[in-house]
Amino acid sequence: MKEKENKDQHQNQNKNSSPNPGPNQNSTQKSQVTVEMKNITKVFGNFVANDNISITVHKGEVHALLGENGAGKSTLMNLLYGIYQPTHGEIFINGQRVDLDNPSVAIGLGIGMVHQHFMLVPIFTVAENIVLGQEPLLHNLNMSLAPLDMKKAIESVEDISKKFGLTINPLTKIQDLTVGQQQRVEILKMLYRGAEILILDEPTAVLTPQEITELAKIIKNLSAQGKSIIIITHKLKEIKEMADYCTVIRRGKYIDTLHVPSCTEQDLAQKMVGRDVILKVPKKDATSGRPILKIENLKVKDNRGLLAVNGFNLEVCSGEILGLIGVDGNGQSELVEAITGLRKVESGGQVYINGAPITNKTPREVFLHKIATIPEDRQKHGLVLDFSIEENMILQTHGDPSFSSKIGMLNHKSITDFANKLISKFDIRPANHLALARNLSGGNQQKIIIAREITHNPDLLIAVQPTRGLDVGAIEYVHRSLIEQRDNGKAVFLVSLELDEVLNVADRIAVIYHGQIVAIFKADQTDENQIGVLMGGGGSGGGASGGKR
Amino acid sequence: MSSKLKNIFFVLVSILIGFVIAGVILKLGGFDPFEAYKIMFLGIFSKLSYVSYTIIKSTPIILTGLSVAFAFKTGLFNIGAEGQFIIGATATAYAGYFLNLPSYIQIPTILLIGVVAAGLWGGVAGFLKSRFGIHEVISTIMLNWIALYLQNYIVMLPGFRKPESEASFDINASGSITILENWKYSDAGVAFLDLHPLIGDFLRPPFNAGIFIAFLAALIIYYILNKTTMGYQLRAVGFNKHAAEYGGINVRKNMITAMFISGGLAGLAGSLHVMGVSKNIAILAATEGYGFDGIAVALIGGNSPLGCVLSGFLFGGLKYSGAKIQSAMEAPSEIISIMIGIIVFFMAIPKLFKILSELKLKKLSKLSKLQK
Amino acid sequence: MFSDIALILGTTLMYSTPLIFTALGGVISEKSGVVNIGLEGMMTIGAFIGATVGYFTGNPWIALLAAGSAAMVLALFHAIASIHFAADQVISGMAINFLGPGISIFLCRIFFDGTTMSLSIPLDQKIPRPLNGFFAQNSFFDLIFNQYATVYLAFVLMAIIWFVLYKTRLGLRMQAVGEHPKAADSLGISVYKIRYIAVLCSGFLAGIGGASMALSVVSNFRPTLISGQGFIALAAIIFGKWKPQGATLACLLFGGAQAFVIFLGNPQVGVNISSQLLAMIPYILTILILMGFVGRTNAPAAVGVPFEKH
Repeated sequence: MKEKENKDQHQNQNKNSSPNPGPNQNSTQKSQVTVEMKNITKVFGNFVANDNISITVHKGEVHALLGENGAGKSTLMNLLYGIYQPTHGEIFINGQRVDLDNPSVAIGLGIGMVHQHFMLVPIFTVAENIVLGQEPLLHNLNMSLAPLDMKKAIESVEDISKKFGLTINPLTKIQDLTVGQQQRVEILKMLYRGAEILILDEPTAVLTPQEITELAKIIKNLSAQGKSIIIITHKLKEIKEMADYCTVIRRGKYIDTLHVPSCTEQDLAQKMVGRDVILKVPKKDATSGRPILKIENLKVKDNRGLLAVNGFNLEVCSGEILGLIGVDGNGQSELVEAITGLRKVESGGQVYINGAPITNKTPREVFLHKIATIPEDRQKHGLVLDFSIEENMILQTHGDPSFSSKIGMLNHKSITDFANKLISKFDIRPANHLALARNLSGGNQQKIIIAREITHNPDLLIAVQPTRGLDVGAIEYVHRSLIEQRDNGKAVFLVSLELDEVLNVADRIAVIYHGQIVAIFKADQTDENQIGVLMGGGGSGGGASGGKR
Repeated sequence: MSSKLKNIFFVLVSILIGFVIAGVILKLGGFDPFEAYKIMFLGIFSKLSYVSYTIIKSTPIILTGLSVAFAFKTGLFNIGAEGQFIIGATATAYAGYFLNLPSYIQIPTILLIGVVAAGLWGGVAGFLKSRFGIHEVISTIMLNWIALYLQNYIVMLPGFRKPESEASFDINASGSITILENWKYSDAGVAFLDLHPLIGDFLRPPFNAGIFIAFLAALIIYYILNKTTMGYQLRAVGFNKHAAEYGGINVRKNMITAMFISGGLAGLAGSLHVMGVSKNIAILAATEGYGFDGIAVALIGGNSPLGCVLSGFLFGGLKYSGAKIQSAMEAPSEIISIMIGIIVFFMAIPKLFKILSELKLKKLSKLSKLQK
Repeated sequence: MFSDIALILGTTLMYSTPLIFTALGGVISEKSGVVNIGLEGMMTIGAFIGATVGYFTGNPWIALLAAGSAAMVLALFHAIASIHFAADQVISGMAINFLGPGISIFLCRIFFDGTTMSLSIPLDQKIPRPLNGFFAQNSFFDLIFNQYATVYLAFVLMAIIWFVLYKTRLGLRMQAVGEHPKAADSLGISVYKIRYIAVLCSGFLAGIGGASMALSVVSNFRPTLISGQGFIALAAIIFGKWKPQGATLACLLFGGAQAFVIFLGNPQVGVNISSQLLAMIPYILTILILMGFVGRTNAPAAVGVPFEKH
């Protein structure tokens, strides 16, 4: 790799990034530097994930690390936690230069990390998860076969949870906890190890607004007790709420470090994306028509046999985008699976498309009723990754007369022609119909699905978290495609966890909570505060008030 | 290098490593590996009857290999080719003895009975998986044993068991697929073959039509997998059953279909073995290993039909000629199992080759840097 | 009547023992996240080395240790492939199943004049029966409990493994590695080290299992001695829901079915059922019971999934 002008850049950076003087709090001891990462570069193969990044964090400071998906935030923090080792650059902890060869070293230095995907063993209890790796042993025998001292483990967990105000029952199994509680266990796990520096990777992604408020309190509390906290995020609002300083990185490069109280969300957004951000997707007013999808009193059970969808009513009309917003796990997945025929509908509920009942039909029959779906997990449900682009294009239609003969022989030529047409129309790259879906970027994988589903010319398009994990360009593309469908007079049912997305794209917004619609608004007659409260189950009333506007 | 070429290269390297390590083991055991390999080579190619025997030995494992490979392609691990082979053989032997139709009806009939019976046997595992979520590895292991005892039970049935023996009666001659079986022992045949010793040599073993049927099966499987909607669906389910289900493909049905076809192929091997070679079935103390050999054949053949044919011949040749080093130099013929184990082992760790080639690249780039 | 029951129970214990050792090893390996379909091959080499070392040294205990060690060497290959080279564990295990019997018979021919059967070990050099003579001969208790030492050893091992898995640091970490290797890794636990330990232990126990067949149930090695028992042990692991006590029970069920078949096969018992049909019972039973588990799996979450460090 080219190791050019490292030094120059470093100097530039120092000029730009005005070394933080420490949070402007009254205590002077807080200005002690706990973490210093200097000129960090990390290369994977040919890919430069971090390119000469520096960051400084003080004791008692909450420091946000801001960047888009794939900007290199997590990589940088994995370096600090010893999961990866830097290709170049140095790390100092409390002024000492350190080599973080593995997480044990980092843990030993008082660094703790809460990963975005929780690192918890579901079948273990809270206490077992917390002490794992540093288990108290009976009689302090320090050997592998020494018996565990679970009593002491439970006591220690109770002690720390009291000390930091994170209440939890140490004997509960992780699989029985809510996501918010699991996050607490993760934080406790780090505190048990005496962490003074806590890294939180996208901590709010999976939380309800209430849980986010709770987390903000916990973070304040921890910083007041002298912990340094680094939050990886791309949510601007939360940075404003929680952080003292914010370092922005973009495409692996250091951009700036900002003093949070003295800048606006717009400033942060501009630094993150590198251009002025259009927060609104341009669109005409909706001209909605007849109802396409009608759901009546739908009840659906989840994998544990509990009612995840419980008396759900909704109508989606032609020419409109209906956005369903809610915190993850409120029955959205089960709802979509029930509509598309993947999950059984309990008796009493009905789903109609264009007036025809499709309740408990097979996925094939549902498809034939002109419903197309952009599934939640594109790699699991949307694509066969080991199929080529062209094979993925005919997932539902391979048996159609245009692609196969009466005796079931595939017509490869017409399949290739079809695929090539879509590849050029939707600008899928690489433009090679034989390329395996596995080798495409997330954005291009999503384009395959969108191309395929839209080409079915459905009356109803169901899009479930269609922009998950995509970069800004791809997100805009997806949103425009949805709006185009709407403008062509189709019904679009957008299921999303991102409030911003729904506010931007949808014409009507329905809020789901505990498997029921709690309210429906016109998009221009509500705001995120009102919806945020409802998403968390607040503001009772409302009920399934406005089935129709 | 394209990924296909890379894979072929990788298989060839694994085979080479197998030969080298097996050679070292022979040497350590006090045998001359070059001598052994020479005997094996000559044991296959020096006489037409040897070639003929090699083909006969290869036929069933090409088919069990196809069976396992087909299941792999559809996301299933069929350890049960063993039992499906037994069921095919048993059904064909039973039908072949009790039915006696003109050859042109008898042959397809008893063949089909064997294939369908074995297909159903495999289909059971597919059903158990799709309906009850029982992993096919476990159910087919169980079904292998049940098949073995079932065959032993059927062999011993009065009227089918050849008295005073541990075997059944032979199938009726109308069901034989051994080529020129009667003619080659007739006066005219003997006279002709005396005049043409090469042909005589080739026909001396029970050379039969099985290999041609195996080729045909490989071709059909290739077409089904790659050129038909059924194959498309089977592969979609194999690669990603969730996406297949989302796309409206009936996953359960396809699992059963896949196991039916896979079982049918293994059963075909058993049926052909009875019709072309053994002519009867006998009490088994343990499974004969056709199914397990099929797993190795499928792995070495990269799960492609053509690959299975080639690796089936390799495997058949090794097994047949391996026995000869036993008689010629008293070197244990089990060296072949060891060799196959080594080949399969190296096939399991493609990462080793990746690491080695990366190391080599690093060295090269270091060298080029030094030169600069 | 009572003596019949005692006889069946005694035979059950004897035939279950090799399976129990092997299945216990398999539980350890799978708990740590490594599928061990190579148990069959490891058992076979254990049986051969056990029989051979037993024959030449006359000491069954040395033979047992040698058998475990030999199978451990085979397990080492499986471990290297599955742990360091992220191999497909099923394929690597199948390779072991070719290697185990191949090497065993290869060596057998070298040590025993070209035959595939080892020479018999004299009765007094087999695994001893510690309770021999403790009960009156052929009394009820004698028929049940006068067993080879390996039988007791198997049950003691089950208790030890249960304790290690559920009550010790190693056990907690082993389970964590099998359930969520990334989590374990993020806490500084060496996933590789623990998996190596588990797979090697598994090999050692499978070797002991095979040897206990050759040194107690019979008194020599022959190619068909193991034929399929490794796979039965594999089924017992699943059947026993990946728990040492569960797997042991499953093995007892298989052993019991076998004992029952032997008992009914005895012409003096005079039951007129084909022994071949009876022999199917345990396998049919397994399928039936598994059908009852519908959709329930207790498999370690990460079993069969290679863990790759960056």
